[in-house]
Amino acid sequence: MPSSIATSTPIDADQRSRIDARHDAWFRGLLKFCALLVLAALLGAALSTLWGGREVLFKDGFHFLTSDTWNPVTDDYGALAPIFGTLVTSLIALVLAVPVSFGIALFLTEIAPTWLRGPVATAIELLASIPSIIYGMWGLFVFVPFMAGIEPALSDTLGRLPLVGKLFEGPPLGLGLLTAGIVLAVMILPFICSVMREVFQTVPVRLKESSYALGSTTWEVVWDIVLPYTRSAVIGGIFLGLGRALGETMAVTFVLGNAYSITSSLLMPGTSISSAIANEFNEAVGIHRSALIALGFLLFVVTFIVLLIARLMLRRLARREGN
Amino acid sequence: MAASVYLRRRIVNVLALALSACATLLGLVFLAWILWVTLKNGFGAITPRLFTKITAYAEQGGLSNAIVGSLIMDLMALLICAPIGVLAGTFLAEYANRTKLGATIRFLNDILLSAPSIVLGLFVYVIVVLPMSNLTHGNVSFSGFAGAVALALIGLPVIVRTTDEMLQLVPGTLREATLSLGIPQWKMTVQVLMRAATSGIVTGVLLALARLAGETAPLLFTAFGNNFMTVHPLDKMESLPVAIYQYTNDPSPDLHAIAWAGALLITLFVLALSLLTRMLFLRHKVRYD
Repeated sequence: MPSSIATSTPIDADQRSRIDARHDAWFRGLLKFCALLVLAALLGAALSTLWGGREVLFKDGFHFLTSDTWNPVTDDYGALAPIFGTLVTSLIALVLAVPVSFGIALFLTEIAPTWLRGPVATAIELLASIPSIIYGMWGLFVFVPFMAGIEPALSDTLGRLPLVGKLFEGPPLGLGLLTAGIVLAVMILPFICSVMREVFQTVPVRLKESSYALGSTTWEVVWDIVLPYTRSAVIGGIFLGLGRALGETMAVTFVLGNAYSITSSLLMPGTSISSAIANEFNEAVGIHRSALIALGFLLFVVTFIVLLIARLMLRRLARREGN
Repeated sequence: MAASVYLRRRIVNVLALALSACATLLGLVFLAWILWVTLKNGFGAITPRLFTKITAYAEQGGLSNAIVGSLIMDLMALLICAPIGVLAGTFLAEYANRTKLGATIRFLNDILLSAPSIVLGLFVYVIVVLPMSNLTHGNVSFSGFAGAVALALIGLPVIVRTTDEMLQLVPGTLREATLSLGIPQWKMTVQVLMRAATSGIVTGVLLALARLAGETAPLLFTAFGNNFMTVHPLDKMESLPVAIYQYTNDPSPDLHAIAWAGALLITLFVLALSLLTRMLFLRHKVRYD
């Protein structure tokens, strides 16, 4: 007890510290409440979409997951086509964005002169702050015509190959899964790149210098020393990018073509979970709206799992750093 | 034999480094391409009526109601998420730094940070729009308020995370010095720690604003859109991103031009905010590193 305070009697000091303790408890309670709201937001998003989609999810959940018909007239809904579109576009995005992000991270951490690193890193990060609606507009008005120009060449070259040829058949619409995948790749590139760059910088200089001293080239240091050391975090960064790609809406809605079909060709239009919701929600009523909210629930569950893996992988490195 | 091995290794090295420089160039080309297209089409379409006429006039109109709606909803969203986010971040940094609860919340906050915004929009539709519609027998359904709540959910994790990180940067000696004076913990947190971390916390709020200002998907089914000017938070409210979305979907080239002008406004706003926060953050770093 601070009974040594000269100007106050012992009773006053007691009272004072009791009041302080009470205020501390209130303050702590308020802070805790706010922090729990973060939990509530995540939990609420899962539960409310589950509740909103209950008519479709619980009535015949299995049919919803396995059917590829989407017919608002007969109220027959299957999620297979949107799921297919979401997965295919996200995979294309990953296949394109991962090597490019790796290249940029390599350039920024090992090759570029120091004065160039800051500005280039800022520029790449600006890609992440451009709103997705801008990507969508650029995609529709600029990139789709561009793709329509080069798609005949793709069909003529890659389309002639055995096996992969099937992926590049079809009319050169410009719209479609491939275009959406490329736009997504540009969008998620800065996220993957910034994780890679950050973790590449955590590799102990001693390790790299030892390898150089043994006569390794820069590439061998990166491939054999840096990458194995940061493997789990790099995978985490890739999953983070995948999580972004799965849930992205505006950029893909314009360039996907909005067609409920499952095709083997990447040049054909398709649909995705998020673009189906964005396109149809405001005109939908009854079961149709419930089906769209159920799609939202599926998207949330899938992205949650992907992001969970991403964060666990990233945390492994953080823990090792601490040791 | 040995010479050919060295040659091969050197060729592989040069190839890999060249490819990585090409990758960087590719990234920069896409940034320049997107910015150039937005600037070129946007500046060409900026006219005074953009700021004076409402969207109801379509081709002869502007975006004034969308601009006002966006400002109102962004501001309301910040008013909701900034206090909650700062307090929650403070809890993580000061009260639950090494506890299980703190670790869990921090972990889930990181997930909320990259959760799909469209699902957060559906969430607000189910918990705000539907109940309001039921309570008022359909008089109020979609509203600017619901839009602001959706945007607040997008800004919240950004603020929580930055506040948390910034408070952890405040040196522990400051805490010890304050507590040794007999000052209660809440007073220390509010008057010493938060003040020391002010520029960091402001950075977080600005980052959140930059993120939510460009969001479209969650507004579609919360604020909906409105062709007329309104400042009432319980009315359907237009916003710049939603207006851009609708005009882009329209076949009319005149509406596309207006959409580009709106896109330019948002892009400039967001990029200026990102660069501003970067400057604030750098100053902050210098102070504590």
